[in-house]
Amino acid sequence: MKHLALLAALLAPVPALADINPADWDAVTAEAEGQTVFWNAWGGSTTTNDFIAWVGQRVMEDYGVTLEHVKLTDTADAVTRVLSEKQAGEDDDGAVDMIWINGANFAAMKEADLLFGPYAEQLPNWAFVDVEGKTVQTDFTVPTEGFESPWAMAQVVFIHDTADIPAPLGDMNAILEWSAANPGRFTYPQPPDFLGTTFLKQALVDLMDDPSALATPATDENYDAVTEPLWTFLDALTPTLWRAGRAYPATGPAQLQLIADGEVDLAVSFSPGEATAAIANNQLPDTVRTFVLDKGTIGNASFVAIPYNSGSKAGAMVVANFLMSPEAQARAQDPNILGYGTVLDMDALSADDRALFDALDLGIATLSPAELGTVQAEPHPSWMTRIADDWMNRYGVAQ
Amino acid sequence: MPHRLHMAGDAGWLGHIRSRRFLLLLPALTLLAMLGPVFAGLWGTLLPAFGHLPAAGQIGASLDPFRDLVAWPGLPRAMLLSVTTGLLATSISLAIVMLVTAGWSGTRAFRLLERLLSPLLSLPHAAAAFGLAFLIAPSGWLSRLLSPGLTGWERPPDWLIVQDNWGLTMTAGLIVKEVPFLLLITLAALGQADARRSVTVAQALGYGRVTGWLKTVFPRVYAQIRPPVYVVLAYAMSVVDVAVILGPNTPPPLSVQIVKWMSDPDLAMRLEGAAGALVQLALVVGALAFWRVGEWVVARLGRRWIASGARGRFDPLVARLALLSGAACALAVLLGLGVLAIWSFAGFWGFPDALPDQFTWRNWMRFGPGTQEAMIETALIAIVAASVALILTIGCLEAEYRYGLTFSRRAVWLLYLPLLIPQTAFLPGLQTLMLNIGADAGRLPVILAHLVFVLPYVFLSLADPYRAWDTRIGTIAAALRASPNGVLWRVRLPMLLRPILTALAVGLAVSVGQYLATLLIGGGRVATLTTEAVALASGGDRRAIAVYGLMQTGAALVPFALALLIPALVWRNRQGLRHG
Repeated sequence: MKHLALLAALLAPVPALADINPADWDAVTAEAEGQTVFWNAWGGSTTTNDFIAWVGQRVMEDYGVTLEHVKLTDTADAVTRVLSEKQAGEDDDGAVDMIWINGANFAAMKEADLLFGPYAEQLPNWAFVDVEGKTVQTDFTVPTEGFESPWAMAQVVFIHDTADIPAPLGDMNAILEWSAANPGRFTYPQPPDFLGTTFLKQALVDLMDDPSALATPATDENYDAVTEPLWTFLDALTPTLWRAGRAYPATGPAQLQLIADGEVDLAVSFSPGEATAAIANNQLPDTVRTFVLDKGTIGNASFVAIPYNSGSKAGAMVVANFLMSPEAQARAQDPNILGYGTVLDMDALSADDRALFDALDLGIATLSPAELGTVQAEPHPSWMTRIADDWMNRYGVAQ
Repeated sequence: MPHRLHMAGDAGWLGHIRSRRFLLLLPALTLLAMLGPVFAGLWGTLLPAFGHLPAAGQIGASLDPFRDLVAWPGLPRAMLLSVTTGLLATSISLAIVMLVTAGWSGTRAFRLLERLLSPLLSLPHAAAAFGLAFLIAPSGWLSRLLSPGLTGWERPPDWLIVQDNWGLTMTAGLIVKEVPFLLLITLAALGQADARRSVTVAQALGYGRVTGWLKTVFPRVYAQIRPPVYVVLAYAMSVVDVAVILGPNTPPPLSVQIVKWMSDPDLAMRLEGAAGALVQLALVVGALAFWRVGEWVVARLGRRWIASGARGRFDPLVARLALLSGAACALAVLLGLGVLAIWSFAGFWGFPDALPDQFTWRNWMRFGPGTQEAMIETALIAIVAASVALILTIGCLEAEYRYGLTFSRRAVWLLYLPLLIPQTAFLPGLQTLMLNIGADAGRLPVILAHLVFVLPYVFLSLADPYRAWDTRIGTIAAALRASPNGVLWRVRLPMLLRPILTALAVGLAVSVGQYLATLLIGGGRVATLTTEAVALASGGDRRAIAVYGLMQTGAALVPFALALLIPALVWRNRQGLRHG
């Protein structure tokens, strides 16, 4: 009989647990204590992994939240996971509690109602976020509407070994000229890798006289004409690439190894402090520096989002809030740790908190905020998806 | 009869009934553990392949997924890569193992090679692949050792060695890993093949070593190792991790592309992926059929060759070439391991320096704690999965022996299904199934999923030696009033100690090396050394990869060392059992 009762209990429709109110912060922290948060974040960068482990220690100390880093090779894996859970009716305690996300993955999840929220702008540390100066409320032109909270700013920089490229290259055509004169010494991560498609977008934005068309979704009518300069550029560039474009590094950090090996001299990066951090970890020679293009480079924010079926939403919000704290932000910006840009507004901070940032030595290979120059807007995600597909058909199946 | 049994004591009688029932249950349980998930998973693949995936808003039967698949420009090449790497890797590694065994078994050189290669079996494919890549890339260690002195290179040459478009490096990576596997399986089989006497007789008749072995021993040995050979073929055709590390990516082999489609955030891509998975399945089935026909041809030609009476003029040359190839495999993996060890301690290490600027503990300090957690998880899963698999396997084989519960020749193929069906074909479907029954994520489902792969490997490793055991010994023991259980525990199992431990070690290694099953079924929550290492792989941080690769190697090295060591120790004063 006991078994029958248990079975009945299991089969009975479970009333949807009332989702916790993000604005009631005391209730959030109370519920968060003892929860385990599975943060699905790309695990390919050892410096990021170390940072996440530190976050785990801190939220355990302050809030009793256990943070487990689920190391992904591709953020899409986590998105797929949540989708298949929804398909299977797992609505209450999914495997994913938090995702490091942005761009197309965020757009897809938001569109499919797979995210919890809005919560981001109710978090206490949101008060410090630089809403005016940084693109923290749109993600690749898609409004975030509080369904994801920012934790790092990224901007495209080019890493170059000054032993081989003494001076910065001012635009994409200069990079093409240099690559033609030095064949086999440049490459970029293979799309659809995030950084690889970023390079394609950066190239397109730089090649266009007026990139405003990219702010709205791509249409069948304008796609060919708008992207035409990119394909002309790539047709010229590809034969001059490392391995003549017959192979590509899988990810961004894989390029660092190629520079250290002396195989290439130039690499694209989405983190202004990455080069300095890599020098500190012996991954790059200390002759490496970074530069941005004359017209500026693409920038965006990294976010975290909470799936609708997370069983530890309170814990996830505590982590999301901690990520926006001055303490975590200053640590993330430390080039010896991560070298990520902060999402905070320095003017909103207390003097003590600001001192944390002022004390940072950005490092030999990191450009100052002024040197980073103009931040160009991310194109609408539809451009990236189509360009990545096109790239794969044109260059991804080369021979 | 019951009366007499009753006199023998209630407990014994009941125990007998109970153990009989239990034993009869085991084969059914085994089949369920292996095949239930496979068929459920396949069902979950079949539907989307024909356009039915309600979650993506696709209803009903359609051939659109296949149309999309054919429209992918990379398809012909991806299929070709799958077939060529599979067939090449299997035939070359088999040839090396057979010729080395033929030419050198019993010699000091062979024992040395065996000692070098056997531990390498435990090396996870991913770690071996990394080692090889670090070794032979244009900026690899070989190139560094020779530069700039011999080559004049101040910078690595722009050569496409790793990730070459023909998949040759990937094939090489598979060969260096499959040679140790086949060699160990062959060694386990040799004990049953009465090889030494056959070769002695053949040599007395004037046959060369290699020719004599091939003509007398090879047919018997091959009959025993055939299932593992098929498994190697199916594995080599659908491998993902080695393909990611060493294989081409413009386009990648079909298996890698399937995984990419399956993990695309756009659910509709799963339809194309499912169609690709079915094509992959068909390719594997086709290649196995091709191999079977090849066996038949070789057997026909072989019989003619045997009848011709050729004594083997080129034997010494063939034997030397084979030994050289075997040694090259061993050397490639060992040097690869060496270079992993160096990277794990490396400070900055630029080209063309033969060694890093300085050695440091920094890398181990950074990655050590992470590896320890993963190591515990890995060991727990592997030990449980492999032990359960071993118990089920021995139970099945014993039931077969005692009660004649023999699988028909055709039914035996059921055992191989989980290994012959590409993982990419049924694992995503399996994931949905486990979600449906509420067995979501966590260690236990992962163990069950591992069991699907571990069981057949353990069964394949153990079945032939177990069946080849001389049953007359059992008859003698029974005549000496040993009960069936007594025969099992006191005669059969001890005599089969070596194949049993080998099977257990294979099971452990298989579990340690599982990537897709751990990732998908564990929902990413179960972090083993392999999932951690492959996640790091995409980042290309050689220091991290080296640390994890070495830890992986350690995790799998111990069981194999024991599989070789224990029989030698236990039977140190039982000469006849040492090779059993």
